[in-house]
Amino acid sequence: MSEHCARFRDVGKRYDDLWVLQDVSLELPARHTSAIVGESGCGKTTLLQLANGVLRPDAGTIDVLGGPVPTTDVEAFRRRIGYAVQGAGLFPHLTVRANVTLLARLEGWPAERIAERFEELLDEMGLAAGLADQYPIQLSGGQQQRAGLCRALMLKPDMLLLDEPFSALDPISRVELCEQFASAQRQEGVSALLVTHDMREAAQLADYLVILGEGGVLQAGATTEVIAKPRPGYVERLLNTQLGDLR
Amino acid sequence: MIWRGAAPRRGGWPASARSRAGAARHGARNAATALAFAAAIAAASVPAAGDAAPADAGKPIVVASKNFNEGYILAELLAQLLETGGFAVERRFGLGGTLVCYEALLAGEVDVYPEYTGTLARAILKREDSPSVQALNAAVAPSGLELLGAFGYNNTYVLATTRPVAREHGLATVSDLVAARQLRVTVSHEFLERGDGWPGLARAYGFDWAPSGIEHGLAYQALADGAIDVTDAYSTDGELLRYNLVMLRDDKGFFPEYLAGPLVRADLPAAAKARLRRLTGTLTEADMQALNAAVLFEDADFASAAARHLSSLGIESAGGGVDFWGVLGRNTLRHLELTAVALLPAVIIGVGVSILVFRVAWLSRALIYGAGLLQTIPSIALLAFMIPLFGIGAAPAIVALFLYSLLPIARNTVTALVTVDPVLLRVAKAMGLTRWQELRHVLLPLAAPSVLAGARTAAVISIGTATLAAFIGAGGLGDPIVTGLALNNHALILQGAVPAALLAIAVEFAFEGVERALTPQHLRVAHT
Repeated sequence: MSEHCARFRDVGKRYDDLWVLQDVSLELPARHTSAIVGESGCGKTTLLQLANGVLRPDAGTIDVLGGPVPTTDVEAFRRRIGYAVQGAGLFPHLTVRANVTLLARLEGWPAERIAERFEELLDEMGLAAGLADQYPIQLSGGQQQRAGLCRALMLKPDMLLLDEPFSALDPISRVELCEQFASAQRQEGVSALLVTHDMREAAQLADYLVILGEGGVLQAGATTEVIAKPRPGYVERLLNTQLGDLR
Repeated sequence: MIWRGAAPRRGGWPASARSRAGAARHGARNAATALAFAAAIAAASVPAAGDAAPADAGKPIVVASKNFNEGYILAELLAQLLETGGFAVERRFGLGGTLVCYEALLAGEVDVYPEYTGTLARAILKREDSPSVQALNAAVAPSGLELLGAFGYNNTYVLATTRPVAREHGLATVSDLVAARQLRVTVSHEFLERGDGWPGLARAYGFDWAPSGIEHGLAYQALADGAIDVTDAYSTDGELLRYNLVMLRDDKGFFPEYLAGPLVRADLPAAAKARLRRLTGTLTEADMQALNAAVLFEDADFASAAARHLSSLGIESAGGGVDFWGVLGRNTLRHLELTAVALLPAVIIGVGVSILVFRVAWLSRALIYGAGLLQTIPSIALLAFMIPLFGIGAAPAIVALFLYSLLPIARNTVTALVTVDPVLLRVAKAMGLTRWQELRHVLLPLAAPSVLAGARTAAVISIGTATLAAFIGAGGLGDPIVTGLALNNHALILQGAVPAALLAIAVEFAFEGVERALTPQHLRVAHT
């Protein structure tokens, strides 16, 4: 695999006449976590959805996992990319086990392999085995989110797209879960794209930072570099307000 | 509305047994508009139906009747006559009126039913005179029909009074009333209005007073109590016999003629026609009054009343004796069959169409709107619309029930599909589920409880509506209800209504069981 898990070249995206993203050029490192930070409505989620082909760019080109986002058999491509959202988005009619293993079953994995991988993930994400056959409604928010991350990781994807998965949690489970995720991500060696509006979370989890604003990239680079040398203006203010004590 | 042609001429349904009998004939003009409307619908498809193949020998002869007392008795007479002559007979009694019977006969779904000359002339041929049987046969021959003579009696309007009043005032004919204007002539409201009722009668006989009106159900009792002196009646009403009333002869021949006789398809085997002619001229007005009274007031069933009359003609039939549980079981099974055969395709097509359209907002709206429109058609009218398209019997009833079931199913399905949390759909897509997999593993399971609830509603509605299907010869638990209505026999009505209600409850429970088995508790649709 190349050094980059995703490469954006002069990418633009508009809804009707409104350009939400313009001239976005990025190279996101493989096997690391990149965080995309910015205010609501700055195009963070749009950027994620461009990466897995749910949205198509109106300008520029996007390479993901070593090639352009395919237009045919896009489902097979998406199965190489795990996806987790705020609130977990678990299917309410399926148990934790059924939610997590759905894709593996559709892919025709043998039952033992499914069971083995499922147990491995429960362990990695700190989810009690007793919860495996509960429905999502019986789980706490943090447990649901862990199950959602298990589902995203089930097929051993090359990349994870994370749309504010930690946002809706209480501070304690949030910190716990972030640590758990960071360790799981390293163990799996998976590239991750984390969308968040929380600079602190980004700084804790990401090796690479992308600050979005004003319809484009305000600053991108290794987390340490960005924190050390924020661009004057919005980025600097953002870091000062959110990371004041850490810096 | 179409059914009013055969329905009671005095408002509500079981107002009085007599009014029902009369309505089947005299009500025809009342419902002229409705008939014309229905005939227009029928016209579109009936030509094809009129070319139906001739009845073949192996098939049973289908005997039908309208849904009023006398109609049932006459049809039972015809049926037993054929059976004792060695013909196989299928009974389709209690059809919803003249139009239904006539169209069914044209379409070859029915081979014979008792009809009246006056009804044939007025409701079907739109003639105002009283043509003879020969003239009527000349008129219906091009349609492939034949009126096999008349039973003998004339069931028309008469003026009736009590014996003491007749004796005291020397009343024998309608003309005698001119000299007895002090009598309290009180007639039914409808008779007061109709051209062939009081207005015409007054012109023909030179009555220069206006009688007062009375609810017909009360008239016989009022006569008996001496509260009124003269009222209108139908000449075969069982009450005439029961109250020992005198009929004033229509000496100027004003009232139109309503001779009853078997109306058959001309292609009926000659042997069967000959058998049916055995009844020609065998029934007097007094005979028919007695038969009507036997069923209405003496608790005889149609079959035994008919058997009795045939026996007086030297024809012994095994009529009578009803196997209560057998009939109940048969009706219930038939009812379930009608409902289930309609519901299953309604679920499949309702859910299928919903799946096809739910992603397009305007199509979903159109579907719900269209299905809603179907639902607003009164069930009895929807059944009537089906007749020109599917004839009578189970097929049109099933189609009507199917159309009725579509709305709750489609509405619930579309609503459930479009209200699935968009986050789940975003996740499903981003996970790499194909459209089909998204449908199969996310949308349908999430919509299933609502679909089930819709099917449950549809099933319960169908069980209720299916009772009306008896009017178009579909059978089921509506059969005893329709007959009971015709007889004002509450026990008979309950024999259909109670099992139908129990069936609805049983189906509710069955659906609940299915829901329990299929849906995790937190996803079940709440029923209140």
